[in-house]
Amino acid sequence: MTTFLIPLVLVGGLISVGVYLLLERGLTRMLLGLLLIGNAVNLLMLMVGGPSGNPPVRGRFSDGETATADPLAQGMILTAIVISMGIAAFVLSLIYRTYRLTTDEEVVNDPEDTRVSQLTDEELEALDEARPVPQPARDTDEPDELDALPGLEGSR
Amino acid sequence: MSTSAVLTPLPVLIPLLGAAATMFAGRRPRLQRTITLAALSAVVAVCAALLYLTDRDGTLALHVGGWAQSVPGMGPLGITLVVDRLSALMLVVSSIVLLAVVFYAIGQGIRDGGEHQPVSIFLPTYLALSAGVCNAFLAGDLFNLFVGFEVLLAASFVLLTIGASTERVRVGISYVMVSMVSSVIFLIGIALIYAATGTLNMAEVAVRLDGVSPGTRSALFAVLLVAFGIKAAVFPLSSWLPDSYPTAPAPVTAVFAGLLTKVGVYAIIRAHTLLFPDAGLDRMLMVAAFLTMIVGILGAIAQSDIKRLLSFTLVSHIGYMVFGIALSSELGLSGAIYYVAHHILVQTTLFLVVGLIERQAGASTLQRLGGLAAASPLLAFVFVVPALNLGGIPPFSGFIGKVALLEAGAKSGSVLAWLLVGGSVVTSLLTLYVISRVWTLAFWRARADAPEGHLAAAAPSVLLDDTQDIALDERVDVGRMPVGMLAPTGALIAVGLTLTVLAGPIVSYTDRAAAEVIDRDRYISAVLGEVRP
Repeated sequence: MTTFLIPLVLVGGLISVGVYLLLERGLTRMLLGLLLIGNAVNLLMLMVGGPSGNPPVRGRFSDGETATADPLAQGMILTAIVISMGIAAFVLSLIYRTYRLTTDEEVVNDPEDTRVSQLTDEELEALDEARPVPQPARDTDEPDELDALPGLEGSR
Repeated sequence: MSTSAVLTPLPVLIPLLGAAATMFAGRRPRLQRTITLAALSAVVAVCAALLYLTDRDGTLALHVGGWAQSVPGMGPLGITLVVDRLSALMLVVSSIVLLAVVFYAIGQGIRDGGEHQPVSIFLPTYLALSAGVCNAFLAGDLFNLFVGFEVLLAASFVLLTIGASTERVRVGISYVMVSMVSSVIFLIGIALIYAATGTLNMAEVAVRLDGVSPGTRSALFAVLLVAFGIKAAVFPLSSWLPDSYPTAPAPVTAVFAGLLTKVGVYAIIRAHTLLFPDAGLDRMLMVAAFLTMIVGILGAIAQSDIKRLLSFTLVSHIGYMVFGIALSSELGLSGAIYYVAHHILVQTTLFLVVGLIERQAGASTLQRLGGLAAASPLLAFVFVVPALNLGGIPPFSGFIGKVALLEAGAKSGSVLAWLLVGGSVVTSLLTLYVISRVWTLAFWRARADAPEGHLAAAAPSVLLDDTQDIALDERVDVGRMPVGMLAPTGALIAVGLTLTVLAGPIVSYTDRAAAEVIDRDRYISAVLGEVRP
């Protein structure tokens, strides 16, 4: 099987542009990147299906071709197009929803992840030692939850 | 038409038809619930029958629409559905989990559901997810496997972002992006395999790949591994999981954690045994398995939210399954299959229990929880059994699965296998540490000692999450745990325990399944007929 260089270069170009866009934080750009990669893959599948030829319908010919084009590759591309269209619509609605909720459309970091990674040693210890975090600045004349600890009841 | 030919497509058809019917019944919740429960119960029965039939008659193949072989020596023209012992076991375990979780969700909805919960889309989407999962297990064609993945992913997008709160939309976007990237990579893999072999029927691909050069084969396998690795959350590709799963409603998280990653693992098993039995990437897989175990469990230690903590243990335990696959011996594969079944059940049960904890105590983070053992001994019991099971304490199935994998690793005897045996033991101990940390903090200490113990979520959340925090004493008493939530949790625990009680027959079944999967000729001749090209 011979392959043509130009479509391959096109596939490579589309995928690299798509990956570049996908690495952005703006959601619309990410979606565009995804769509570009999806189209690149569709093109790849079309190439993989072999050379062009007659339509795969009995009794139809075009331009005196002798071979028939591969219908399976076309079928797969159609399926992939339909799927990516549905997903694109869903992502667009998510982007719109994000914009409505936060007036922004960027991917933000996981807040819980940030919180866990920024815990200080004292806070971690307090969590594991089953003790409240001591707050020295607080008015100690008031009874606080430290007074409820076993062995310290009525320490005041 | 034989019985098997009638039964094989049903696990996909029944949920899809059920999804359509529940859509029409959108305004009648009771009818919707009845249809869903009936459909998923029927799927359980069909899958059990398929399990019996495949164990008796061997691999069953169905050419959908009767598009069988046109020319001798060529593959079938249409879609092929294949059930062998491996996929039958996966189908049975997943259908049981799907039924139990939907029962739980319905029980929760009846008890706590308000007027404005989006129930009318929940059940149809859930049924579509079930159809996608079953289709992925049945697919005998790479493109059909891709379609199965897409169906379950599209349904999971909706379930994950249900209610579209700020948090869920944030998580949903990254989940959708990561999943779509993995799908696109899978599609690239499909295109390349089509270029190399000119077919996508898995049996025929397996035959034709023998004539492809080893280097090309490894490259093709690597592309598929990246795609499936993202879905299965294998280490360098796993960081999306602990971010996205915990925000979903409890039943949704439970079914995602139990099933979606395992579909990826199943696809890795298929690709590794049927398509690329000697692609030479086993050492890389072993390193990935080791890192998945260790990095996952170290992540779990740092977490304070139980849902996130369990998500990290989920990632970590995927490493065990990849370890079993990478050994590429019958013993290792049998251990991996047993472990997949065990892990689907135990991980789902734990997430359901966390849902109960969240409902009863109004929090799922260790910073707020405390005193649960005294408040509800029953809740403590339902937590501790699957938790010890996950940690691999002797009589439970986690122990049996791990021992099978350790034995297979020791028998393999290579340095890397021994390293993984060590890693498995360490991971198991660290899992136990993580579990006991949850136990001592959430169940044993007094709630007053928790740093934020005085805060709680305002109301039990069903499908929509309520982020409003109120003082604990102001929280309305939620009452006892609803039977509709407790019964399915208990049922899943019981099914998990049968993996121990019937360990002998089940392990001999997984041994047969592994032998069947490794002997590719059985699969190939079941699909292509006795005459091999």
